[in-house]
Amino acid sequence: MAVDQLLKTPLNKTPLYQWHVDQNGRMVDFAGWSMPVQYSSIIDEHHQTRRSIGMFDVSHMGRLYFSGADVDKFLDRLTTRRVAGVQCGKIRYSLMTNDAGGILDDVLVYHLPDANGAPFHMMVVNASNRQKIVDWIGSNIGDSGIELEDRTSSTAMIAVQGPAANQAVAQLSETAPDSLAYYTGTTTNVCGAEAILTRTGYTGEDGCEIICEAEHAQKIWSDVFEIAQSVDGGASGLAARDTLRLEAGMPLYGHELSESINPAQTDLKFAIQMKDREFVGRSAILSARKDKTLPVRVGLKLEGRRAARQDCAVLIDDKKIGTVSSGTYSPTLETSISMAYVDPDKSEIGTEVIIDIRGKSHPATIVEVPFYKRT
Amino acid sequence: MKPEELLFAQTHEWAHIADDVATIGISKNAVEALTDLVYMDLPAAGTAVKAGESFGEVESVKATSELYSPVDGEIVEVNTSLPDNLDVLNEDPYGQGWIIKIKMSNQDAVEKLLDFAAYEKQCDESH
Repeated sequence: MAVDQLLKTPLNKTPLYQWHVDQNGRMVDFAGWSMPVQYSSIIDEHHQTRRSIGMFDVSHMGRLYFSGADVDKFLDRLTTRRVAGVQCGKIRYSLMTNDAGGILDDVLVYHLPDANGAPFHMMVVNASNRQKIVDWIGSNIGDSGIELEDRTSSTAMIAVQGPAANQAVAQLSETAPDSLAYYTGTTTNVCGAEAILTRTGYTGEDGCEIICEAEHAQKIWSDVFEIAQSVDGGASGLAARDTLRLEAGMPLYGHELSESINPAQTDLKFAIQMKDREFVGRSAILSARKDKTLPVRVGLKLEGRRAARQDCAVLIDDKKIGTVSSGTYSPTLETSISMAYVDPDKSEIGTEVIIDIRGKSHPATIVEVPFYKRT
Repeated sequence: MKPEELLFAQTHEWAHIADDVATIGISKNAVEALTDLVYMDLPAAGTAVKAGESFGEVESVKATSELYSPVDGEIVEVNTSLPDNLDVLNEDPYGQGWIIKIKMSNQDAVEKLLDFAAYEKQCDESH
């Protein structure tokens, strides 16, 4: 008898799970969630996002809501970027670090008005780090009186991305996404249901994300999907999400970010604010900034279409100078691209290197990140 | 060629046997499962191969897959135009999408290969 199978925890399912299955989504285990990696062609799902609309079920990402006095000051002590005193309506990308400066997660901190206009704080964290972050915040709460509520299972999150995305959602939402500035959001009404609408995303395209109660997810998804289809857009899976974020030069936890990487190495200066504030990990970031031996994050463009994957060695004159953190074939640039951590004195733009892909040498050049910028 | 005229490995390669020469490719099922093929790495003619061992790899956007030889022998011909034109694998996996030709040193492995019906059955069961 296959006892292992019986002992295995069943995968979490998002409110849109059945839709993905009905659309022949290839469902895979992603951080304990059954998620569609692709529906048909990854390249088509990539291009539709760059050219029209790609819709992504990102309900697996953790959604944590906070209540209590001075939530912003509490969170500010745990984030590398200032979130205290941020105006209501704004969203901040930040890293969270431990005392040693190791990156626990990269997160979005939201300060938004609720349906009655009252401000509240929430945070979106990576699915793979959700429990860790819940525990980490819990261990820091002390007698602050802050309460954390994990609403990941009771809500859904839909990313609508691409040049036609905001127009499509505007037809269904009380608030037009275009009326929101980049990285801001509000509570509004989408398809007759209360929802959080934000002008955010992880594809390098303009677009928005919708957070709603689980019971409204299918209606909102189907209505947006119908409009998306009418403009040659559609649903895109996690594989396209990965090729899109890589072209946009955005880091992914477990690849460019981990507990063994210090924020000083990541080339995410906008997400690290040191001046006149104190937060967990600050002194470790300060020391890392002075350490000129730590590998730094760079972009690499390879000759040809063969992708370098995580852990491939980066070499100059047969000497290892770094390691690939992610890589893929880029559907937009029609070549192979990678991100890597390399010795800082070999990190200059234009540096020519060799990447060892399963024993074969492939020439590559260090280039500016992002690889792709929308016009 | 029709798939009914071919033999299949469990690892999704096909073989067309004509005397002691086997023409090798990958099945339509494999091409459809891989999707978005972007790269193929092939050996040179003259390379010795063994049944069940890797002779090259094919890469899709998402993953890299080894190509396994279904038979023992030596590669006598390589479809060198294929890596630059991987669409051929979608269009004609059992014809122009052939990958290598092997002069077999023995036919021991041939009898372990599946006919098309048995191969299809294996694919259905794995779903």
